[in-house]
Parts: sequence; structure tokens; C-alpha cells
Amino acid sequence: MASALMSRALRNRSIPSFSAIVSRFVLVAEADILKHPLAETWAKLIQLVQQKDGYSYIMASSSSFGKNVLPRAAALLDVSPVTDVVEISEPRLFVRPIYAGNALSTVRYTGPDPCMMTIRSTSFPISTFSKDTKSDAVPISQVDLSTFNEETFGKSRWLNLTSQDSERPDLGNARVVVTGGRALKSADNFKLLEKLAEKLGAAVGATRAAVDAGFVPNELQVGQTGKIVAPDLYMAFGVSGAIQHLAGMRDSKVIVAVNKDPDAPIFQVADYGLVADLFDVIPEMLEKLPEKK
Amino acid sequence: MKIMVAVKRVIDYAVKIRVKSDKSGVEMSNVKMSMNPFCEIGVEEALRIREAGAASEVVAVSVGPAQCADTLRTALAMGADRAIHVVSGSLGPVLPLSVAKILKALVEIERPGLLILGKQAIDDDCNQTGQMVAGLLKWPQGTFASKVLLDKEKQVATVEREVDGGLETLSLDLPAVITTDLRLNQPRYATLPNIMKAKSKVIKKVTLEELNVEIKSDLEVVQVTEPPKRKAGVIVSSVDELIDKLKNEARVL
Repeated sequence: MASALMSRALRNRSIPSFSAIVSRFVLVAEADILKHPLAETWAKLIQLVQQKDGYSYIMASSSSFGKNVLPRAAALLDVSPVTDVVEISEPRLFVRPIYAGNALSTVRYTGPDPCMMTIRSTSFPISTFSKDTKSDAVPISQVDLSTFNEETFGKSRWLNLTSQDSERPDLGNARVVVTGGRALKSADNFKLLEKLAEKLGAAVGATRAAVDAGFVPNELQVGQTGKIVAPDLYMAFGVSGAIQHLAGMRDSKVIVAVNKDPDAPIFQVADYGLVADLFDVIPEMLEKLPEKK
Repeated sequence: MKIMVAVKRVIDYAVKIRVKSDKSGVEMSNVKMSMNPFCEIGVEEALRIREAGAASEVVAVSVGPAQCADTLRTALAMGADRAIHVVSGSLGPVLPLSVAKILKALVEIERPGLLILGKQAIDDDCNQTGQMVAGLLKWPQGTFASKVLLDKEKQVATVEREVDGGLETLSLDLPAVITTDLRLNQPRYATLPNIMKAKSKVIKKVTLEELNVEIKSDLEVVQVTEPPKRKAGVIVSSVDELIDKLKNEARVL
């Protein structure tokens, strides 16, 4: 039984596409207290719905929201979740990366319902559906929130979210990503990379070192504890290729590395490597690349 | 106010790990072990809060076999006041949900105003324990923290978190759980005098029976394998060659 649970804030944006692809029905929880994606309220909401409806599986994507909420909900339901699943081998058999993706662990969930997990979205291709796919409207029901109350509600307050406004495609699902490392040397130089991204219709990523140095904001970080990306084309400029960075991009279809240092570890994972100065290469690429279609 | 920090002993982040040929796990013998980097950041943050006068004591805790004591000694050498070692040798790795239950039991004894954990351990990369113990304790949580400001008077923590969309700021009433992200701070090195002092600090051993915690085992590791290897790449000699290969060979341009 598939359903989708959404709070009021998400409702207007997501329902039509959701019902066409997956859901048999959609549950909407409307309450002011759900205005912001706080773990305390969302975990309780999941527990409430589960106790009423008894699902076999509860899933979320491995986004910062899913990672923040799902384990708390799992603890309330007293089950061990499986996080960052990259493969579902059998109904209760999952594969997940460990040691920054340098090993894969196959785990079996042996507990009672619900089986809970977060999934790494880059590992699951979006199924295409034709215009002929039946897209009947699915029923939307309201979650009964009359008992939705807890001492924790009110103990956490959302204050604000600062994000970079950008016309670039979303890093998490862009087809092309260009990433800069500390060798970019300044926030200003990242503008050069942005020009390249513009030309390629790409998203811009960064290594931890570049974010630590203040060249770009944290939401651009690709790596073990940053974003996991798997674009068709990943181009790394001035990136040495530390294990923790590779963890975030090793599933890219094609990897290109440009680095002055021929011994940089990145060349071991790159499909195409160019040993050269990125400050020469990027302008040359800007000149020679075809215009984005 | 007391601060409790949970720390985990893991394979050192710089070690190149090897999967055992029998697929039972990762090679751990003769491998350098260290405190999980995120846990180090947790200890550092606790020490800074104490040094700023907002807390009186930092207690480090760890769950695991005898060698955990090494990790706790490091926390003490950094400046933690005392440590608690929950001994769980014979059971093998303890699942996050069980660790969360153990931490809840310790919190109920020690009554800290703040519980700090690393956001994830670099071995299993689970990123679950902090959220779980917060849920079990019914405490607010500030995960993936890149900045923490404690208001001692109001007993409120303002936590800036790294999320997919940027930086989110939350205000949490204490007691609360915070999990650390990489940019929260740069941990200090233990100085030699502090390492010496740490030798006389107390590490209290506690058993699971004493804590009355049920260890649940609902996840079974079936095998550990290497990820698929990428085909070896080529070095190109010019931008022209690169563009050509991307267009005509890889067909991604």
C-alpha cells in the first residue's frame, strides 16, 4: 500500500506529480506547528500515522530532512532503520555504503513492521512515464491531528534559513557538475567556474577545503558528509581527490579531472585527466566549448 | 550544567580500508584506530562551552569493548573532567538504536543539560544515534550543527545547521541533543601536561546489566563487499582532446 505523507507546506507543489507516479493516496497533515520541517513534530507525526495505519515500509530520501527526521521516528517506533540505501536486493535485504563508500554493507532487516529506510536518490533512477500513464487523481485524506501534541512541541523553534539564490540547476540532480577545490584560491575565482557552469548548463560544486576557506557556501559541498551526486558528467578543477570527496561523486557516469599535480589521487578515479593549470584550462574551455543548446 | 559527550572509536580517517576476502567485514587487525573526527569536534565544543562559563563539567562516554578506554583517555587528555565506559565487548558492534538506549539510561543518571554527539561515525556512516536518543528522551535536537550559541540564563541553545538548502537556524530549549558537523570547530591537540593529568582522571566502567538496557538486534550484516571498480581512465594532453573525447567518445557534451 503506497501512500505519501505531506505537510501543508509541501502540498501545493508536489501532489499532482506524486499521484501520477507512485501513490495510491496522499495524506496531508495541516497544522501551524508543521509549518517548518522540524524533526520533533515530523517524527511524532510519522509515529501517529504508523500507529493508526500500520505500514510495512516507511521511507524518506537521504536528504538533510530525511536524515534529520527518520532516525528519530524509528526510535519512537522502536525499530532500527537502514539509512542511505543504494540497492534493494530483496524486500528486507539492502545494500548501503560504509567507510565513505569504500565498502558496501549488505544488511537484512529482521524486525517487525515497519521496515524503515532512507534512500540515496542518486542510486535510483527516476522511472519515466509516458503521457498515456493513467494519472487519475488519487484520494487525498487529512491526518487526524486531534491527539497530535507533545511536550517537545514548542521546545524547538525554527528561526531562519539562509541560502544562496541561484539560477544554476540543483546540485543534487544536475546532469553536469563542475567542482572547484582550494586551488581556485578565492571566491572571486569561483566566478570563473560559474561561467563554465553557465556554458554547460551545469551545477557548481565544491570540496570541503573550498567551503572551509570561505570561497563558497556550505550547500555546494560534495563529499562524504556533504552532498552525494551522480551526474552524467563531473568535472573537478583543482581537486586533489581525498577519500572523503570521492565518496560524494564516485558514482558519476564520466569523471574529468584537471589538476597541476600529476600525482593527485583524483586521476585514479578520473575517466579523463588533464595535467594542467585550471586557470589556463577554464578560459580555453570557455572559448572552445559549444554553446549550451 | 553538565555536558555529556558521546565518543566512538573508529578506524582512523586516513587509513585506506581493506575489505576481508571472506566478505565478513573490513580488515581491523593492526589498523590505526582513533576517535571519530565528529566526536572530537563534539568534545571540543563541550570544552569551549565549559571554558566560556556556561557549564561546570564535561563527561565523556563511550560504548564498546576494552579498547574504548583509549578513546576516553583522549577525551580526558583534551580536557574532559571524567569518563564513563559502557562495556559491551562480547556483543560485537552495537546498533545505533541500542547505543541510543544506553545513552538515555546514562542521561537519566547523570542529568546533563546538553548531550553532544558527532553527526555520524566514519565507519558505518549511519548518522542516526543523536536523532534517536533525542527522540527517546523527548528532547529537542539540533543536528549537523555548524555553530552553537548557548544562553546560560535562558537555558536556550541557538544552533545553526548545515542543510541541503544552506544554513538553518533553530532555537532549542535545554536540555537538548546536538550533533556536530565538520565546521563547528577545530579540535585542540591534547598537550603533554594534559595527557599526564588525564592518567589520574576517572574512567568509570558500567555494564549493560547495571543500566538495564535491552540490546535489540534487528539488523544483520550479511556481507561486506568492495564497491564496483571504475574502468581505468586516460590522461589527455590538451583541452581540444578533452572536448573531443567528451563529445565523441563519452558523449556527454
